Amino acid sequence: MDADFIAQILFSAIKTGTPLLFIALGEVICEKSGVLNLGQEGMMLMGAVVGFLAAYSTGNMAFGVLAAMAMGCVMSLIFGVLVLHLGANQVATGLALTIFGTGLSAFVGSDFVGKTIQGFNPIPIPYLSSIPYLGKILFEHDLLVYLSFIMTVLIMYVTNKTRLGLTLKAVGENPNAANAIGIKVLRVRYLAIMFGGAMTGIAGAYMSLVYTPMWAENMTAGRGWIALALVVFASWRVGRIMLGAYLFGLASIMHLVLQGFGWTISTNLLAMLPYVATVFVMVIISADKFKEKLLAPRSLGKPFDPRHMA
Amino acid sequence: MNNTKTAQHISPRLELINISKQYPGCLANDNISLSLMPGEIHALLGENGAGKSTLVKTIYGVVAPDTGQLIWDGKEIEIKSPSTARELGIGMVFQHFSLFETLTVSQNIELCLSKPQLASIGNLAEKIRQLSQEYGLNIDPHRYVHSLSIGERQRVEIMRCLVQSVKLLILDEPTSVLTPQEVSGLFSVLRTLAKEGCSILFISHKLHEVTEICEKATILRGGKVINTCSPADETSHSIAKMMVGDLAEQDAGYSKKEGTEVRFQIHDLSLSTQHPFGTSLKHINLELKAGEILGIAGVAGNGQDELMAIISGEDSRPVNAHLTMKNQPIGNLKTATRRQFGMAYVPEERLGRGAVPDMSLTENTLLTHSQGFIKYGLVQWKQLKDYAKQLISDYSVKCHGEFSEAKSLSGGNLQKFIMGREIGQRPDVLICAHPTWGVDVGAALAIHQALLELRDQGAAILLISEDIDELFLLADRMAAVCDGYLSPIVRTQDTNIDQIGQWMAGTFINNQQHDADMLQETTA
Repeated sequence: MDADFIAQILFSAIKTGTPLLFIALGEVICEKSGVLNLGQEGMMLMGAVVGFLAAYSTGNMAFGVLAAMAMGCVMSLIFGVLVLHLGANQVATGLALTIFGTGLSAFVGSDFVGKTIQGFNPIPIPYLSSIPYLGKILFEHDLLVYLSFIMTVLIMYVTNKTRLGLTLKAVGENPNAANAIGIKVLRVRYLAIMFGGAMTGIAGAYMSLVYTPMWAENMTAGRGWIALALVVFASWRVGRIMLGAYLFGLASIMHLVLQGFGWTISTNLLAMLPYVATVFVMVIISADKFKEKLLAPRSLGKPFDPRHMA
Repeated sequence: MNNTKTAQHISPRLELINISKQYPGCLANDNISLSLMPGEIHALLGENGAGKSTLVKTIYGVVAPDTGQLIWDGKEIEIKSPSTARELGIGMVFQHFSLFETLTVSQNIELCLSKPQLASIGNLAEKIRQLSQEYGLNIDPHRYVHSLSIGERQRVEIMRCLVQSVKLLILDEPTSVLTPQEVSGLFSVLRTLAKEGCSILFISHKLHEVTEICEKATILRGGKVINTCSPADETSHSIAKMMVGDLAEQDAGYSKKEGTEVRFQIHDLSLSTQHPFGTSLKHINLELKAGEILGIAGVAGNGQDELMAIISGEDSRPVNAHLTMKNQPIGNLKTATRRQFGMAYVPEERLGRGAVPDMSLTENTLLTHSQGFIKYGLVQWKQLKDYAKQLISDYSVKCHGEFSEAKSLSGGNLQKFIMGREIGQRPDVLICAHPTWGVDVGAALAIHQALLELRDQGAAILLISEDIDELFLLADRMAAVCDGYLSPIVRTQDTNIDQIGQWMAGTFINNQQHDADMLQETTA
């Protein structure tokens, strides 16, 4: 096994991990505000199909991505109205959103199955891409991968350094207190949910426009769920989410790597790796009760109704 | 109300005229009028449910009144939200603090400031230090709130108002969580503020505090203003009478008893906490005798929760012989087995611990009375319902009936029900936290009587409370907890509020012992 082979594997791990990264970045913002959206898989499928339709019919890739983002926003807005305004249970509503999105995307995309388009082309970044190995791994990707790099840094900055990040954390920790000091809790939560939807929409577009430039029913294959696990795996830290996304990406192309060694293992077994890793991390986090309580947003999944303040 | 006509030359800071607020099923505020001068410390007195909270929430913009006017510095205004209130210069210190534990002091304060305010302050941490010195608050801006004591958190809340140069400060039962020494510290801060012209609205139901610090008092009952008076001209008794009406005569004191044989014992129990913001128990020794009430005083968060959890068995770590009941080790027994053995338990948290919110009162009764009402594995619903009805009438629990869900009851009413349910087991040992917290005077009296009756029948009662007055009233012997240590236990007649206050602040803790424990904790 030579260095080029390793570089090739890491390059693929980043490509595979990118949709996970988009979803997890959106979801971590949503969860920091105290809302758990389990509808990722459904939102992602809707993003994928709408992105594909838009790009296929206009021939404009950027338009496809924008349409997918808008779709993600609409889906998350449905979720937002249900859980924030009507006080529906977050877990049940999220699951319903996934089932809804799975069905609707199959219906909408049924005429487009098997059609292909020319996906995003990789754009090597001048100079940077000629760095030995590193350039190959990091700087020969397509636009969306670069966008995910930028978003990671941006979100890291916003959550750790700005007042917006402070507000978000406050709302997720203690919405009643946040309301009492004049923060508009529901508005913050709506925005966080919709940001999450837009990010998941991009992830869907990445699947149908870049990763495999076509539409197939259920093409996201559980990535929405892996991304949800990823947020916990990374214990709500943005830097770790990026690392974890690529680790999970690596895990899902592991069978190719192992074939390189001449080993064959069932891909089904390997597909479990991200979940096993997440369970493992959760066990480690939970072993330390102190840390567990400081890490997770305190009011995650709990509804807040300003009209019924104690 | 009478002296508003005598027109002082200074205009009031805030005037409320005929404020009313109707909630479904209750008129919380009924034509309330009130006026507050600059620099005045004004008490708002009343029982639970008298409408105090609704009124201050109206002033702070959390609740919108149905009718009535608010006049601020001579101008009629509408306060739509807490941020409007804060812009005007109204600050509020909540009873249950509105702080974010995972943020630092200065981040907490920053969240409350608007951008221009923040810009005009410049270096916030520096400003906090400076104000902290000026008012003797002693706050480090860079500490995380979860590492602060309750008293320190309250000072952070006050600081939050000071930073915004507050003109009216509202405090909702600020002293209920403080040691007597911390209370006097708070009062000197309030006096300094008032001298500088800040008006203070002080909610309380502790009469001696009101007479000590307030110039004026408005007494609410059933949503109406009953009277406005100068506390200095009144006696505690006359104010109490205005608060509760003529219905309940406050009992001056109950007879004290000596216990007989030791019924329940804790031997040298040390236990590290499992909660990030918890307190570890350190060398607890305690003997609870049959036929006595042992009261444990202490500011919340000094190990009471941990102590309750290990005694009840909720904290399931085996401590075997460290706990004995009726001369048998019970430290390894499960919660249910301890109950069967004669222990009853009233936790602090009513909904979720003391009762299941979504279950009816009947079903909640069954939870701790499974013995009597199950035959051949089947629930005897008829008897169970009758028993629940009996409890409801005996303790005058206000609810629609035995089928009401626990969560539909007010805190005080649910407490009456839970107390009744536990006392109804005729336990040998009753462990009880905050028995009358949030309960109105009449019901508190009923609960007191029931506890004393149970004691006189020979039960051993451990009473953990933050309300010192109540402990002095009920307990035969007393102790205090601080930082997970238990003070010596003394007869109530042989101590006074000053000594217990000192103990609550930890003066009994032996320094060498403390250092050794700290060392052990860090090496463990």
